[in-house]
Amino acid sequence: MTASLRVVAPGMHTSIQDLGRTGFQHLGVPVSGALDTEALRLANLLVGNAHGEAALEIMHLGPTLEVCSESVRIALAGGSGTIEVEGQAQPVPGFHSVRLQRGDRFRVTASGESATAYLAVEGGFDIAEVLSSRSTYARGGFGGHFGRALDAGDVLPLRRCQVETRPERMLTQGGLPRPERVRVILGPQDDYFTHSAIDALRESTYRVSRATDRMGMRLEGPALSHRDQFNIVSDGIAPGAIQVPGDAQPIILLADRQTTGGYPKIATVISCDLPALGRLRPGDEIRFETVTLEAAAEARREAKKRFARLCKTLTHVNTEWTPDEYLLHSENIIGGVVHATEVD
Amino acid sequence: MTEPRLLASGDTVLVLEFGDAIDWRISRRVNALERRLRRDPPAGVIETVPTFRSLAVHYDPDTVSFDALGEQLCLMAEEVEAEDAHTLLWRIPGCYDAEFGPDLLAVGEKAGLTTDQVVECHASRAYIVYMMGFLPGFPYMGNVPDAIALPRLETPRTRVPKGSIAIATSMTAVYTLESPGGWHILGRTPIRFFDVADPSPALLSPGDKVIFEPVSRDVFERITAQVAAGEYALTPEKVTA
Repeated sequence: MTASLRVVAPGMHTSIQDLGRTGFQHLGVPVSGALDTEALRLANLLVGNAHGEAALEIMHLGPTLEVCSESVRIALAGGSGTIEVEGQAQPVPGFHSVRLQRGDRFRVTASGESATAYLAVEGGFDIAEVLSSRSTYARGGFGGHFGRALDAGDVLPLRRCQVETRPERMLTQGGLPRPERVRVILGPQDDYFTHSAIDALRESTYRVSRATDRMGMRLEGPALSHRDQFNIVSDGIAPGAIQVPGDAQPIILLADRQTTGGYPKIATVISCDLPALGRLRPGDEIRFETVTLEAAAEARREAKKRFARLCKTLTHVNTEWTPDEYLLHSENIIGGVVHATEVD
Repeated sequence: MTEPRLLASGDTVLVLEFGDAIDWRISRRVNALERRLRRDPPAGVIETVPTFRSLAVHYDPDTVSFDALGEQLCLMAEEVEAEDAHTLLWRIPGCYDAEFGPDLLAVGEKAGLTTDQVVECHASRAYIVYMMGFLPGFPYMGNVPDAIALPRLETPRTRVPKGSIAIATSMTAVYTLESPGGWHILGRTPIRFFDVADPSPALLSPGDKVIFEPVSRDVFERITAQVAAGEYALTPEKVTA
């Protein structure tokens, strides 16, 4: 018996992503992987998967899918999107697992405050690894589902034909915050920029451009002027590196970034602030704060603790869904996220 | 030999910079250290990316600190100086038919050469693979003879076919996938430079040498069919770097 999810409508840009393709950058192969790795981990936690299992990364507008197996358990994490199951009065909120049956159709609504959300399936997708990862690298045309974003009519094979009935899981504090400021370490080519460019990076507000994709987040704001020229002899690119091409507008390099590049990098976002970048949408504002390596290490420890605390808010709930419970939970979840974005 | 500069790119990448120019002596140091790290990676090293003049070391800051790793890498960089590097020489068939090389004529005009002379010039020497980047398996190879060294196209093409042999500045390369591109296209190779199904997916490695051998359209078609059928084997020679 085959088990799958059939894609009725693909959404805006839905792709299979895991924690990325490590170990091939020396061959020019980008890492790829989920933009918001925290949300990916939470989605997997809710359905009982290993934390780095491949899931659907949903950008902005979600897909509509049909269950083509005895039963499946799914969960959506990230943003404030919901799972609307056809014929059911109340949608299943994010950060809550749900068991669906053969023939059920569901729509994932827009993720609201977050650019990305992740839909995990208990047992995972039955998709082969390419170079040690199931992540889609669309530009290279490999990984995930035929190396591309989903299309209507695609059939995504699942590892499990059915899942047991058990109490569903939810996170009582599902919201993932956006930091007040994104912390960066200057360099490796901060000496290519004027003093006023460094000041501008520290003090200005930038806006996320529409021309943002999985490769890079383009920002609009005060020019980050080069001291002299804007070409360097190409060197390696870290995740979160902020490169500044000739137009003096910064680009933060994300999951599908090239492994090497020839523009100077004024600063690099610290590792624990990277998942939150995956939440920013076009038009959102972003501010930077420069920190030291020591401060980055401390922030990384703090972020790990915070995430562990968040995971501990996982609770079991009744399998049957009731409207009262929904209202209560959605209040908590949405309330938390709105509060976080209103800071600053 | 000068000590490499240590640079932090965020809290997970350490860059060892051996110089600021494209120079095969610098490149040799970078690649020698990279090979050494690949054989025997220090604790906390996740992966290494060699480029023209620097080595990016992706590491886990929970396992090793920037300072401790930097110190260890500098010591290793000194040790690898003495290593005798052997390398592979690849003879790559390339078809410089006008259909495959849409920029042959323009390059010839700028260089004051006939198209035949451009081909002869491009195929006249062994290139060193400095680094891979831009696309999976895309080799940056140098140095092309000064006579045909030109800046990139003013307006990049939106689609460069897979296998295209191209030049820009002092570099030559092969487009390993169809992609946008701003280099001058001289011809096309039937050889597959990147194959995800292969356990070692990239044909070339940094430090390898490449000689392009012009072939006729007929030979190109024949090799293309053999490659598709999995019946074409390219065997490199071992040479001293």
